[in-house]
Amino acid sequence: MPAIVRIVDLVKNYYMGGAVTVHVLKDLNLSFDEGDFIALMGPSGSGKSTLLNVLGCLDRPTRGRYFLGEVDVSEMSDDQLSEVRSTYLGFIFQSYNLLPQYTVVENIELPLLYQGIKLDERTKERCIELAGMVGLGDRLDHRPLQLSGGQQQRVAIARSLVNDPHLILGDEPTGNLDSRTSVEIMQMLRGLNRAGKTIIMVTHENDIAAWARRVVRLRDGRVESDTRNDTRVMAEMN
Amino acid sequence: MSDFFSLSLSNPGLLGLAGLMICGVIAWASGLARLISAGNRAKFQRSVILAARSLWLHKLRSFLSVLGIIIGTAAVISLMGFGKGSMQDALADIKRQGATNIIVRSVKPPDDSFTASRGFVSNYGLVQKDLDRFQTFGDAISMTVPMRVFPTETRYLDRMINGRVVATVPEYAEVNKLEMASGRFLVGGDDVERNDDATMLNVCVLGAEAADKLFPFENPIDQSVQMKSMRFKVVGVVKERMPTGGTGGSLAAEDYNRDIYIPFKTSVARFGGIIFTRASGSRSAEKVDISQVTLTVDAEVDSPAGRAKVQAIGDEVKRILEEEHYQKTRKRDYAVTIPLDRLEEAERSQTRFTNLLVVIASISLVVGGIGIMNIMLATVTERTREIGIRRALGAKRRDITMQFLVEAVVQTTIGGLCGVILGLSNLFTLPFLAKWIASEKLPAEVDVRAIYLSVIVSIGVGVVFGLYPAWRAAKLDPIEALRHD
Ligand SMILES: Nc1ncnc2c1ncn2[C@@H]1O[C@H](COP(=O)(O)OP(=O)(O)O)[C@@H](O)[C@H]1O
Ligand SMILES: [Mg+2]
Repeated sequence: MPAIVRIVDLVKNYYMGGAVTVHVLKDLNLSFDEGDFIALMGPSGSGKSTLLNVLGCLDRPTRGRYFLGEVDVSEMSDDQLSEVRSTYLGFIFQSYNLLPQYTVVENIELPLLYQGIKLDERTKERCIELAGMVGLGDRLDHRPLQLSGGQQQRVAIARSLVNDPHLILGDEPTGNLDSRTSVEIMQMLRGLNRAGKTIIMVTHENDIAAWARRVVRLRDGRVESDTRNDTRVMAEMN
Repeated sequence: MSDFFSLSLSNPGLLGLAGLMICGVIAWASGLARLISAGNRAKFQRSVILAARSLWLHKLRSFLSVLGIIIGTAAVISLMGFGKGSMQDALADIKRQGATNIIVRSVKPPDDSFTASRGFVSNYGLVQKDLDRFQTFGDAISMTVPMRVFPTETRYLDRMINGRVVATVPEYAEVNKLEMASGRFLVGGDDVERNDDATMLNVCVLGAEAADKLFPFENPIDQSVQMKSMRFKVVGVVKERMPTGGTGGSLAAEDYNRDIYIPFKTSVARFGGIIFTRASGSRSAEKVDISQVTLTVDAEVDSPAGRAKVQAIGDEVKRILEEEHYQKTRKRDYAVTIPLDRLEEAERSQTRFTNLLVVIASISLVVGGIGIMNIMLATVTERTREIGIRRALGAKRRDITMQFLVEAVVQTTIGGLCGVILGLSNLFTLPFLAKWIASEKLPAEVDVRAIYLSVIVSIGVGVVFGLYPAWRAAKLDPIEALRHD
């Protein structure tokens, strides 16, 4: 499998006031394959979210290279990064991050607004289809506040899929959900992964990480361990 | 429009404001052009719809933030409307006097020593010779209307009216736009000079009130009224006439409805060549040959050339009179009134009024714009997370700028339109209220320029005052924005 994400000597520092520098990511070297399902683990403050933000082109590394597919995105301009997010990436957040004033369908449609494609009946059909796929076919005109947490996260998953991304990034996507709903969401993500989507997900729960194929543990901005889950165990879980 | 620009160019503050507006509009237009040229009209339409929706979400807030724009625009529309209305009213008044007329009147000279030396009888004013001198203008003057005005008691049976007798020529009706209630006005035939019939006819035409007083029950036509010891046959009654306004110039407001008109030549024959009047209780008397001459210049009021012609002839008339009266007798016993002067005065004051309005409007729109900016800044802070979400989903900085700019402009445009509607409804309702409550006349006229101007300026205000908040929104770091709650 070719690498979809490759980071080389990646450094991320935060410069606080004065001479104080926070070293968050320290010379990280990682490579993720296309079609893989990766869980980023590690204690709080270990730099998981920071790494995910860099991978998601929301943040730029202080030093080092980040190749998304063949393309070096570490030096891209703000507009180019927006374009990369818009075309290649899908996001799922811990707190769902739906727009409260929009309906389910409109929320799913939102990424298309920034792709410069014409929003018409066809795109709307596609959004309705995605809503049906995540089990919300009967909630199309509901607003986020009228939905449960699990339902909101399913809308977010549908939204992350609407631009047909190469890579889906999730920062603790089950962090706000109870265990039963978490399982539903993980089943859905696994289904997507089986269908060929590459997924990188941050979590600090072992139960959740167990759904991934590969687990990368961070500690103090370095890779502590990098393991593959036993596929037989995974088969049992199904 | 031209007033607006001429003012802007003469006032540095306004120039700055106008410059700012123009820059804003250009920035806006270029952004717009880029969006549309990128084949994204649908995107633009959509962002307008979305902006309208997010404004609708906070109806009261949106309304309050555009209130300044609404009131400013409404004020401009109504004030311009009332200004234009009163201007037109003044114009109509001037046109009633005849905008291409030159009015020459006999006035008692201010110098009194002269009167004293002639035994309390002052002899002054225009004479027949002056009329002959005015003939030198030839075709440039389309009508020359002399008048002799003197007070007389007019009787019919036991009824009596103490009004003015106006001895004049048939053209008087045309110059003063008289309309007849019944019968006819003086015609050529009444006048010996224009009539082969050498008998001077004793005919008269009554003003509306004079007719009412003398003939409350009868039909006045063909009846005989008595002036001094002479009988005059009534041949017509004039419709009620609007008094001319007494504002500006040296013409006093006059009430014409008690006037009785007789042929000029008849008056000369019957009442003597010189009018001799004696105010009751006064020991002085006055002798006047011709009270007033109205010259109508053959020119278009609405063309600059026509106006120049009127002014030129007016100057010439003044010169002739100066020469013939002042330089010979050392007394200024005449006055020349050119209604066109008043017209131009009215136009100048209209321009001043418009300029003042533009200043006031600018101030109120700037205040309104600051209100918008204030609310937009609060909105940006409140919607920081939304901005982060949109950025994460692929929105570029300029998409965010556009979103907030469109919101500001939609807001001010709607505000401007509401202001226009409010202003227009003022124009249509206030005149009725004024008439009904205070029985005041409040002339109003819709000024289309003001409508265009206010809407364009409202859009400009949205662009100018929306730009900074929109820029602030676009500048936000996506991650920081996402973390915001
Ligand atoms: N904007 C920032 N400024 C300064 N320090 C930051 C910033 N963002 C994150 N950090 C620091 O980086 C470290 C890693 O944060 P994060 O990636 O959020 O950890 P986690 O693994 O819990 O997601 C933390 O010590 C945090 O204090
Ligand atoms: Mg985190």
